[in-house]
Amino acid sequence: MDEIQKHLLMEIADLHGIPEGAYNIRSNSKSIGRASSANIEIVSKTDKDGIDIYIKPATKNEAVHIPVIMDKAGIKEMVYNDFHVGAGADVVIVAGCGIHCGSDTGEQHDGIHTFFVEKGARVKYIEKHYGEGDGSGERIMNPTTVVHLAEGAYMEMETTQIKGIDSTKRITQADLADDATFVVHEKIMTHGRQQAETGFEVELNGAGSSANVISRSVARNSSHQLFLAKIRGNNRCHGHSECDAIIMDDAKISAIPEITANHLEANLIHEAAIGKIAGDQLVKLMTLGLTEKEAETQIVNGFLK
Amino acid sequence: MLELKRVCFGVRNEKGSKEILKDVDLTLEDRQFIVITGPNGGGKSTLAKLIMGIERPVSGQILFNGEDITDWDITRRAQAGISFAFQQPVRFKGITVKDLIRLASGDKALSTNGACRYLSAVGLCAADYVNREVDASLSGGELKRIEIATIIARQTTKLAVFDEPEAGIDLWSFHKLTHVFEKMHEEQRTILIISHQERILNIADEIVLIADGRIQKRGTRDAILPELLEVSGSCNFFKEDEA
Repeated sequence: MDEIQKHLLMEIADLHGIPEGAYNIRSNSKSIGRASSANIEIVSKTDKDGIDIYIKPATKNEAVHIPVIMDKAGIKEMVYNDFHVGAGADVVIVAGCGIHCGSDTGEQHDGIHTFFVEKGARVKYIEKHYGEGDGSGERIMNPTTVVHLAEGAYMEMETTQIKGIDSTKRITQADLADDATFVVHEKIMTHGRQQAETGFEVELNGAGSSANVISRSVARNSSHQLFLAKIRGNNRCHGHSECDAIIMDDAKISAIPEITANHLEANLIHEAAIGKIAGDQLVKLMTLGLTEKEAETQIVNGFLK
Repeated sequence: MLELKRVCFGVRNEKGSKEILKDVDLTLEDRQFIVITGPNGGGKSTLAKLIMGIERPVSGQILFNGEDITDWDITRRAQAGISFAFQQPVRFKGITVKDLIRLASGDKALSTNGACRYLSAVGLCAADYVNREVDASLSGGELKRIEIATIIARQTTKLAVFDEPEAGIDLWSFHKLTHVFEKMHEEQRTILIISHQERILNIADEIVLIADGRIQKRGTRDAILPELLEVSGSCNFFKEDEA
């Protein structure tokens, strides 16, 4: 790995080298390192590009890292990664993609991650997207996440895109069985002329299932953001989606909620708020000695923390 | 020393213009502790905001330690040693209590123990609060105490302005609150508090009575208190005992 690749790895996965436990590092469309553990097995797909990750039932306190880094001009790839999480397991999965673009030819990573989370299993899924480089080529990422949660399964997804991605279309689909829980924390910041579209579709099929989708975003300069959240309550369930956005400069943000109750005991809420930084927040921090610009940075960083 | 010279402030809306403060002259010596009191709508909060630079006077001059600060922005006044506690503290999504105390203290490496010192002074247990966000999950009283802790944390404060610090504070904490002001006073800071609370009036060096946008009177507690009750209790339209 060269310095650029090491830096990308650190940005997206907080990794300073090879991680412990099971991992697969993909660089410019090739696996450059892989390890399985006693409980977690990573195997290449034979019919298409991607990997299968098998996590044995009752695996506890283990993590899987599957970062993707790209720094070669002109690469366009479509990757399928499937996660099979055995019943009663409790694991952390760290994914993410970092693109360095140093030329005028763009790079694009499209990934479809599918999670099969078995009965009573718990997954924390952390995904970070990051772009850098002086090249004028577009850095494009289109991640799709499909989640199937069995009875009593729990998945928490933390997804972050703070810097450098010119265009993104993120799709997250989930279906939940009885007593399953799905929690999403999404953080997005766009700048320049970037475009970000993020769409959630959640089917609350099981009795006692619940979903909580929380998106916080900041749009600066002349960037565009679109947030779509569809939650369907098909049983006795709780669904909540929230889009909280700060708009700056000449940016544009749309939030389009859709909640559908197909059951008398479906309890669904959507909240959306878009606005500029509140003047009194700036004033308070300025009374502590910060300049207006410093105050703005603190407010935005806190909001996206 | 803080000096306000013939300071006027007004607002203009579709109904015309309204004068809020008229020719206010006020001098605060170093290390003095004064309380500004008076009926609602009399211009007290506006006066505090003018000192911090949140509002600018229509005319008149504000001097701080001999320098004309009338045109200084909020940041510059804060850096010169003026602190301001809001009547209604601001909420922030994502900024924690510790972040805010850290920003106030100017100590980028402020430890939890460091933050604890400032929070315990306002009766909050740091362990319960440092990692909480300064957002809608905090009650009005908690928020108010954190606001006061940010002022205590500002070690560079020369003049501290508090706008109704007692609002929303329970009786037990009230004792701590008066102690905070007394301690700041002992530390040789200049203090200006807007308050209606007799217990705060009791610990001030002097009381300034503001009504109808003008300073009506300035003096010791014994001189001002009887007059104050007269001003705030008067109503020209409704007399309870007349019927």
